[in-house]
Amino acid sequence: MKIVVCVKQVPDTAAKVVVENGQVTWGDAPLVINPWDEYAVETALLQEEEHGGEVTVISVGGEDAKEALKHALAMGCGNAILVSDPSLKNADSLVTSQVLAAAIQKIGDVDVVFFGKQAIDGDVGVTAAQTARVLGWPSLTLVSEITELDPGSKTISVERSVEEGRQVVSGQLPAVVSVVKDIGEPRYPSFMGIRKASRAEIPMWSIAEVGVEVSEPVVEWPDLFNPPKQEVVTEIVSGGSPQETAETLAEKIIEEKVL
Amino acid sequence: MNFDFSPEQEQIRRTIQEICRDFPNEYWQELDACRSYPEQFVDTLTQGGWLAALIPEEYGGIGVGVLEASIILEEINHSGGNSAACHAQMYIMGTLLRHGSEDQKRRYLPAIASGDARLQAFAVTEPNAGSDSTRIETRAVRQGDEYIVNGQKIFISRVQHSDLMLLLARTSPYDENNRAGNLSVFLVDLEDAGDSVQAVPLETMVNHETNVVHIEDLHVPIENLIGEEGQGFRYILSGMNVERILIAAECIGDAHFFIEKATEYARERAVFGDPIGKNQGVQFPIAAAFAQTEAADLIRYKAAARFDAGHKVGPEANMAKYLASEASWNAANMCMDTYGGYGMAVEYDIERKFRESRLYKVAPVTNNLILSYLGHNVLGLPKSY
Ligand SMILES: Cc1cc2nc3c(=O)[nH]c(=O)nc-3n(C[C@H](O)[C@H](O)[C@H](O)COP(=O)(O)OP(=O)(O)OC[C@H]3O[C@@H](n4cnc5c(N)ncnc54)[C@H](O)[C@@H]3O)c2cc1C
Ligand SMILES: Cc1cc2nc3c(=O)[nH]c(=O)nc-3n(C[C@H](O)[C@H](O)[C@H](O)COP(=O)(O)OP(=O)(O)OC[C@H]3O[C@@H](n4cnc5c(N)ncnc54)[C@H](O)[C@@H]3O)c2cc1C
Repeated sequence: MKIVVCVKQVPDTAAKVVVENGQVTWGDAPLVINPWDEYAVETALLQEEEHGGEVTVISVGGEDAKEALKHALAMGCGNAILVSDPSLKNADSLVTSQVLAAAIQKIGDVDVVFFGKQAIDGDVGVTAAQTARVLGWPSLTLVSEITELDPGSKTISVERSVEEGRQVVSGQLPAVVSVVKDIGEPRYPSFMGIRKASRAEIPMWSIAEVGVEVSEPVVEWPDLFNPPKQEVVTEIVSGGSPQETAETLAEKIIEEKVL
Repeated sequence: MNFDFSPEQEQIRRTIQEICRDFPNEYWQELDACRSYPEQFVDTLTQGGWLAALIPEEYGGIGVGVLEASIILEEINHSGGNSAACHAQMYIMGTLLRHGSEDQKRRYLPAIASGDARLQAFAVTEPNAGSDSTRIETRAVRQGDEYIVNGQKIFISRVQHSDLMLLLARTSPYDENNRAGNLSVFLVDLEDAGDSVQAVPLETMVNHETNVVHIEDLHVPIENLIGEEGQGFRYILSGMNVERILIAAECIGDAHFFIEKATEYARERAVFGDPIGKNQGVQFPIAAAFAQTEAADLIRYKAAARFDAGHKVGPEANMAKYLASEASWNAANMCMDTYGGYGMAVEYDIERKFRESRLYKVAPVTNNLILSYLGHNVLGLPKSY
């Protein structure tokens, strides 16, 4: 079975992201693999363990996105590809999905593509669905469990985690799947994995090599600003029995009209 | 001079931090309270290959340098955990690797690398031979194809969690003119040894499985003698530098733990209406501990980097262990002071780490003996022993 995982390089969750001179910046905080994408990698590796085949991890981004790819290699993915091109500097999710779709086509004979639920920086959460649309493949988003995947009969059944509860969906392969946390804790990279990954030469594909004509970005970010500072007043409710403290707290909450 | 870490070294650090987050302080508190072994933690490290850091790839290990290995142990201690339960799996095999026969290496190293065989016990110290290891009395007498060993060891760690034990024993009588030339080192299979090796637990200040070991008519086949008879003490000395550097890194991890805890507490704890960290009597000891730790860390990295580059690092490795253990102990005291009474409360972890970090001023070698080494071997001053 041929599996692809799409991963993005994002600022560490601990990074302080701010807007300076109209630009988003996170100082010199390290860039890491998008945490949701670690779940996608884990899912791919579990499927590979069950059905055999190979896992290729791809990212669209600059040279520094190689670190996210190396993390995925260290977790156990077999191959990694970076799609990088100066023209992608202002890519929105539409452009990103066109490039990802073309790269997936170029890899060829792919059975299933895994995505994370969303990227923690852009937070758009639509790249998986858009990529599926470009490929013309079924889009199974927010998947919390893969109940069945049969590369022979080319079928897949999943449970989706939606607001109302769980939804059971079946589809045809090849398909695009985005996963949520419930899919299972990602494994730690092994030491040998880290070693191999650090020695790996990751191929870089340009837009021309992928063979895609991308659209102009349709999303513009005309203005970026920091959220207005909020005055926070802290009050510690103490004294009396737990019962009394709870009552005082409840009164305060009602007073503040937050409920 | 380059003080930057490679991306691989950074990732080693990050991954260990990630693993340690799954073993929070409550985990270590519980183990400490019931004095049990961190099985689950050691298993996780073993499965990830972390304890096989120094075993070359051709024997199933990872084959990184001491610098990388030291980062692993540093981060474990930095997180609030304690590497002492498993650090020995990393370095005891060094004697086998450097001085064992090809056949011995093929037989044991792959199993040690995979964790199928735990080699975490190293028996040197005896009741009548602590700092002066050349005075050990445990005897190994050659009889045909085996050695028969009798004697007693003390403070031998992790015997009950080991499958194999490295043993230093006397193969010819003590000779004042050749103190190092009559000891030999053996790899003992503890399962084969059966009742001839009895480990009796010794309660100590730290949760550190350590034992009095009684050895009675232990039969060790000659193929388990490492290297040549009579060279054992030299072989062991050659592995000490690695051990010193790794212990230094653990101390650095401990020191950072104390400094971070103290800084956080000094910022938050308000007394007389102000955070205590505003008072120089509180702030300066934290800053001084930080400076001292950074300085010790430099020599630790120097020792590690030069060792990995193939240089002799006796002085640097010893100074690293000395400076780092003094820095962590100083940081431990500073942290205790910063926390006031709360430092003594078990739930804050300070008293546990305080006990654990104190050990490194004594074991695996006392700091006095390190100073003796520097005084005599580096500065050429007369020897006290
Ligand atoms: C600092 C900053 C500046 C930006 N500037 C612009 C701009 O100038 N113009 C503009 O139109 N947009 C801009 N964006 C938006 C950015 O291009 C989109 O965030 C991105 O294309 C995908 O959307 P997302 O990150 O929200 O991903 P989501 O849709 O939330 O991601 C879902 C999943 O898609 C996959 N994925 C997402 N991105 C990639 C990728 N690059 N490679 C491989 N897999 C991926 C991952 O599996 C991920 O979990 C900017 C974003 C940031 C953080
Ligand atoms: C928890 C724990 C675990 C241990 N694990 C192991 C293990 O796994 N394997 C093992 O073999 N050993 C182990 N040890 C033993 C440890 O290595 C010894 O305790 C240490 O080497 C010191 O020996 P000693 O205790 O006999 O002290 P002694 O040699 O009796 O020394 C007592 C004091 O006198 C000082 N002193 C002695 N001679 C001189 C001198 N010439 N100049 C200046 N000062 C001097 C020493 O520095 C020390 O302060 C462990 C010890 C502990 C506490």
